[in-house]
Amino acid sequence: MTDTTPTAVADADITPDMRGKSLKQERRWALWGSYAALTMFTFMFLIPPIYTVTTSLKTSAEISSRDGNPWLIQNPTLQNFVELLTDDHFQVFIWNSVKITAVVVVVSMVISIMAAFALARMRFWGSAALATGVFLTYLVPESLLFIPMFKIVGSLGLMNNTWSLMLLYPTLTVPFCTWIMIGYFSSIPKELDEAALIDGASYPQMLIKIFIPVALPGIIAATIFAFTVSWGQFLYPLAFLFSSDQMVLTVGIVTELIRGDVFAWGKLMAGSMIASLPPVIIYAFLMDYYISGLTSGATKG
Amino acid sequence: MVQASEAQAAYKSTIISDESQVSGFRKILRRRSTIAFLMTLPLILVIVGLVAWPSMYSVYLSMLNKKMTAFVGFDNYAFLLKRSTFQMIIFQTCFFAVVAVVFKAFFGFILAHLMHNVPGKKQRVYRGLLLLPWVIPPAMSTLTWWWLFDPSYSAFNWALNVFGGPTIPWLGETWWARFSVILVNIWVGTPFFMIMYLAALKSVPEQLYEAASIDGASSWQKLIHVTLPMMRNIISITVLFSLILTFANFDIVRILTNGGPQDTTHLFSTYAFQVGIQSGDIPLGAAVSLFMLPILALFAYFILSDVTKRTKEEL
Repeated sequence: MTDTTPTAVADADITPDMRGKSLKQERRWALWGSYAALTMFTFMFLIPPIYTVTTSLKTSAEISSRDGNPWLIQNPTLQNFVELLTDDHFQVFIWNSVKITAVVVVVSMVISIMAAFALARMRFWGSAALATGVFLTYLVPESLLFIPMFKIVGSLGLMNNTWSLMLLYPTLTVPFCTWIMIGYFSSIPKELDEAALIDGASYPQMLIKIFIPVALPGIIAATIFAFTVSWGQFLYPLAFLFSSDQMVLTVGIVTELIRGDVFAWGKLMAGSMIASLPPVIIYAFLMDYYISGLTSGATKG
Repeated sequence: MVQASEAQAAYKSTIISDESQVSGFRKILRRRSTIAFLMTLPLILVIVGLVAWPSMYSVYLSMLNKKMTAFVGFDNYAFLLKRSTFQMIIFQTCFFAVVAVVFKAFFGFILAHLMHNVPGKKQRVYRGLLLLPWVIPPAMSTLTWWWLFDPSYSAFNWALNVFGGPTIPWLGETWWARFSVILVNIWVGTPFFMIMYLAALKSVPEQLYEAASIDGASSWQKLIHVTLPMMRNIISITVLFSLILTFANFDIVRILTNGGPQDTTHLFSTYAFQVGIQSGDIPLGAAVSLFMLPILALFAYFILSDVTKRTKEEL
């Protein structure tokens, strides 16, 4: 009662009840405004993906005819997908992408989990400097290093060979994965490893039996990151691969489906959709891990 | 005397046992550091062998002549700086990065606020859909943008024409092409800002807003005096991260315009690719890409000092 007295005095003609109503109304308007604006933004942001799907379901004849609404489909067909998926080259691209991504994800996770454990829990000479080094390496973009890499890959005899990508992708995945794993490992209470040490566990045992199970959400987030990076990387395969038996999806779609001035847009869009699908599916099922990996890169550590 | 010697002996023995403990402890320490070294060895190999060494090698390469037979010092850099094409590329790279990051930060901020108003379950739906541009591999989504910008079949132009608008040369004219590559970059990067800001907004304690309301603050005042100061850290670090990524961007320009028209949309990365790999002048290409280094180093320095500052605050 004493709380409401000052307001009642200040604006005597407005009863507390009316004030509450207008505030509620204001909130409701803000909510509806937010819905409207968000819906509009979402629609605008989804125009390109929608158009990818639309075009991929059209026949070449329909795409090249200039009458009719390009945003609508007259005769939907799956022909583009069938043609691509039965194409020998395209199957090789898919296989190469899967192979490279699988190897890179496993290698990066092994390297970064081991290193992050050592950096988070075993203070040793130079560990702080190494952690800083990890962070700095994460900030080095691939477009800074592809020229010397071109020479190095050439001198290793790995030019036009998927092995070159398996060797180089860890430079893009390992630093970030290590960085976020250090954050997750550091958040595990120290009492847990003291208890394990008293029970006579060795450091490797401690890592496998305690840290990995406890930090599983972080490991999933890091794995998703490693997967997305190696699946979607474009510059390195463009620079180091040139024959279609070694090509990966991202570059293969661009270089193989565009021959001279002939653009098979239906197939291009179908290919782009197939290549986008694995990250999108993973994202759809593991959205929370995906987002925690995204935000912890800058906020943790 | 006897007592004294006894005491001495006892003292000695404790020292000895202490010593044996120390040496045992040292052994553990040694073992521990050996394990730590072995565990970090692969990481060290990646950092030193595949990042640090190539960077140094890049500097060396950039000081050779085209056939890589003679050392020419800084001639490549001087040559580049004298060319008007390259001067324009320096301008275009900075213009691209700054404009794109400003708009990404702006739209991301608005979207995060709108999402914050919406209750949990619906927020998840919007968040899920709005993050899609970030999830799709950029090379693949840029292909669709290219098709949307196609000179004769552009679906954007079709829609514009329906409403009586003009036919826009999206990728054909310098400033339209610059607009287009920036637009695509904004589309790809805004969700990242949105998600970072949303996380920051959620971490602002509700009591602060309540206190501000009691003091009679308007929502604009709350934004300026409560939200922004609380989000300052996240905003600055997100902007710096994004500046690095945008500055070094390759995929979008490479696919959309490949530098055209007349090299006016080239960035350092795409120009380095054209010069170094396509035209085979590796030293000159290395010099082009190394122009990124000072600016990236500056951003990295700011990020790092921010991160260490926050780590210290947490301790």
